[in-house]
Amino acid sequence: MISLAGRDILHSWGKFVFTGVGLGLLIGVTLVMAGVYRGMVDDGKALLDNSGADLWVVQKDTLGPYAESSSVNDDLYRAILAMPGVARAANVTYLTMQVKKGEQDVRSMVVGIVPGEKGGAPGWPPYLVAGRQITRGHYEAVADIATGFRIGDVLTVRRNRYTVVGLTRRMVSSSGDPMVFIPLKDAQEAQFLKDNDAIWQSRRATSANPAFNRPGVPGLLDAVNASQASSSSVNAVLVRIKPGAVPDEVAESIRRWKRLTVYTRMQMEEILIGKLIATSSKQIGMFLVILAIVSAAIVAFIIYTLTMDKIREIAVLKLIGTRNRTIAAMIMQQALALGVIGFAVGKITATYAAPLFPKYVLLMPGDSVTGFFAVLVICALASVIAIRMALKVDPAEAIGG
Amino acid sequence: MKILPLQRRTLALIAVIVPLLVLLVYVALRSGPLAPVAVTEARVESQAIRPALFGIGTVEARYTYKIGPTYAGRVKRLDVHVGDRVRAGQLLGEMDPVDLDDRVRAQEAAEKRAEAALREATVRQAYAETQARRYEQLFATRSTSEEILTTKRQEWQIADAALSAAREDLARARSDLEALRAQRGNLRLIAPVEGVVTLRDADPGTTVVAGQAVVELIDPKSLWINVRFDQISASGLAADLPARIVLRSRNGQTLEGRVLRVEPKADAVTEETLVKAVFDAAPTPLPPIGELAEVTVDLPALPATPVIPNAAVQRRGEQPGVWQITDGEPDFVAVRLGRTDLDGRVQVLEGLKAGDRIVVYSEKALSPKSRIHVVERIPGTSR
Repeated sequence: MISLAGRDILHSWGKFVFTGVGLGLLIGVTLVMAGVYRGMVDDGKALLDNSGADLWVVQKDTLGPYAESSSVNDDLYRAILAMPGVARAANVTYLTMQVKKGEQDVRSMVVGIVPGEKGGAPGWPPYLVAGRQITRGHYEAVADIATGFRIGDVLTVRRNRYTVVGLTRRMVSSSGDPMVFIPLKDAQEAQFLKDNDAIWQSRRATSANPAFNRPGVPGLLDAVNASQASSSSVNAVLVRIKPGAVPDEVAESIRRWKRLTVYTRMQMEEILIGKLIATSSKQIGMFLVILAIVSAAIVAFIIYTLTMDKIREIAVLKLIGTRNRTIAAMIMQQALALGVIGFAVGKITATYAAPLFPKYVLLMPGDSVTGFFAVLVICALASVIAIRMALKVDPAEAIGG
Repeated sequence: MKILPLQRRTLALIAVIVPLLVLLVYVALRSGPLAPVAVTEARVESQAIRPALFGIGTVEARYTYKIGPTYAGRVKRLDVHVGDRVRAGQLLGEMDPVDLDDRVRAQEAAEKRAEAALREATVRQAYAETQARRYEQLFATRSTSEEILTTKRQEWQIADAALSAAREDLARARSDLEALRAQRGNLRLIAPVEGVVTLRDADPGTTVVAGQAVVELIDPKSLWINVRFDQISASGLAADLPARIVLRSRNGQTLEGRVLRVEPKADAVTEETLVKAVFDAAPTPLPPIGELAEVTVDLPALPATPVIPNAAVQRRGEQPGVWQITDGEPDFVAVRLGRTDLDGRVQVLEGLKAGDRIVVYSEKALSPKSRIHVVERIPGTSR
């Protein structure tokens, strides 16, 4: 038995393939959009994974350190280390800013990490793609590869210059900004120290205040100035718990006895994905749904048009007594073949287009499989309309036309 | 004849469809989560590492002389400016004596008055003595009464006492005068050592309190650097270790120096150990006091042990380890780490031996189930 569909496709294969490619590009865009959505969520999770923490200790009643600003004293970690179940606690600061390198600047999240510990305290980049981890306590940086910095580059953060000694990958903030890791003390300065002009102005303001600049007390002004310039805050304390300890219990005891807000991994994920990127991910999700509907409509329309193009031939087929089932199978097979080609083209274009996007696009195999079956179902449904039209055609049209 | 065009079409269609499917399979397997992770490998080497410590500090002067009056007063003149070099004993300036000169003159007059009083008391005493002696002779010949003699003797003793009082009065007046003159001399601000003026805190006409510095001197030969090392990486610090000093204003120029001493008191608030480092030869021109300096202290070399780059160290939970490559599969090996140097090399005390193949860089975090493929370098890391 000859395949009617195959013969028909061969008859005008160029048109068929090009239609498939066009459809594929549409499917590709849909897959990329799904990838953008997944990438957004993954950025949030990557942030949590990379911090290597089990608990986040932040300022009381804040959603810090990612979703809100939070500030705690930098000697607080000692008190937390003494809590039962805590294996390790490390200070960390996060600051999103423009990092300058020569003329250009890159939006990135500057992370202050505790240097000097072999293999890393919480907050360290867990793996590198080039260079080495920070060994000096000052003026070294490990940058994400997405910043465009390379080993040996010199960056400027506030007034200090940092040499890039290592590169890492997929270290991003929840909004996808690449991270730059610098030693904690430098980061504290970058975050809390004012710029030089502001310091001069505040010194002038202080010296103009008679309460601080008394003629009879010579050292007072210097002391006041020194106390204003010091910075002893960090954004959060990252805590790793001992094996076997229950995160919720440790968190509860810190909450209760230290009167701080503590988040576990689950709660942090809830904050990041449920609150921080909720609206933007919904926005993308909405767009994805619309794109899927539009794609489905276009697929249906293409198949319908393809069938309508050969309505005469179908009429002839009916005239020579072809069974309805055969005609229906032909249209259905063509639709499915179109869908398969479209999916293949779409998947390939999506894969090659994904790295070109400035933000992370995560194409999940699961999404691709779902997409494949969705395309097949849409094609099958679309062909049903075309089949109805084909079956309703009057064989007389073949002659009458 | 009819078959051929059909076959050609079939071939053309196959020529399009088959590469498409091949590409699809390639794409599905080589990208995304299913793809093998690109890693770079290295061999564990047996090396002697030379740990070094890195700290920052500020240039400070070892000796700072704050020169000011010992009494509250007004600055009269100040001859030196910031940056001037001064000799030991040089007059830097003077405080306004206000009424001090008049008081000196008054005291001089008081001294003269005391001298006059002394002369008077001397004469009185001499007369009283003579009278007493005469009456003694008269009494011996019974020409006068005993009562008169007793009175004359008493007058002599009183005159004696008055003379001592007048002497002491004169001594007091002289000392008072000396004191005033010393105070007058103290109004001169004099350089105690050879040095450079670093601060001129008050200008002529300014009233200063006792003890407030008017001029500050430093001894430029005594410059040192107050270096702070994070306590976490300060083990092994000791006096006389060689140090390399880079001044913020002279980036790229390394000055040789050494550790002078490790301060017995560390900073508890900043968690830093304090160290004083000195230059082997004082740099010219002198760096300004307070300039930021980066100091690298070289510790003695350690015996050779297996050494790995610190980028290879990963952590699973609390356990540090490395991914060892055995038969092309990554395998997490727990290690115990030793000292580290500033170039990022870490000693391995337990867990690996020289010659083992380990993963240094990986494109993403590895897990025991990851498939890896070894590359020369991770794509995108170099320009």
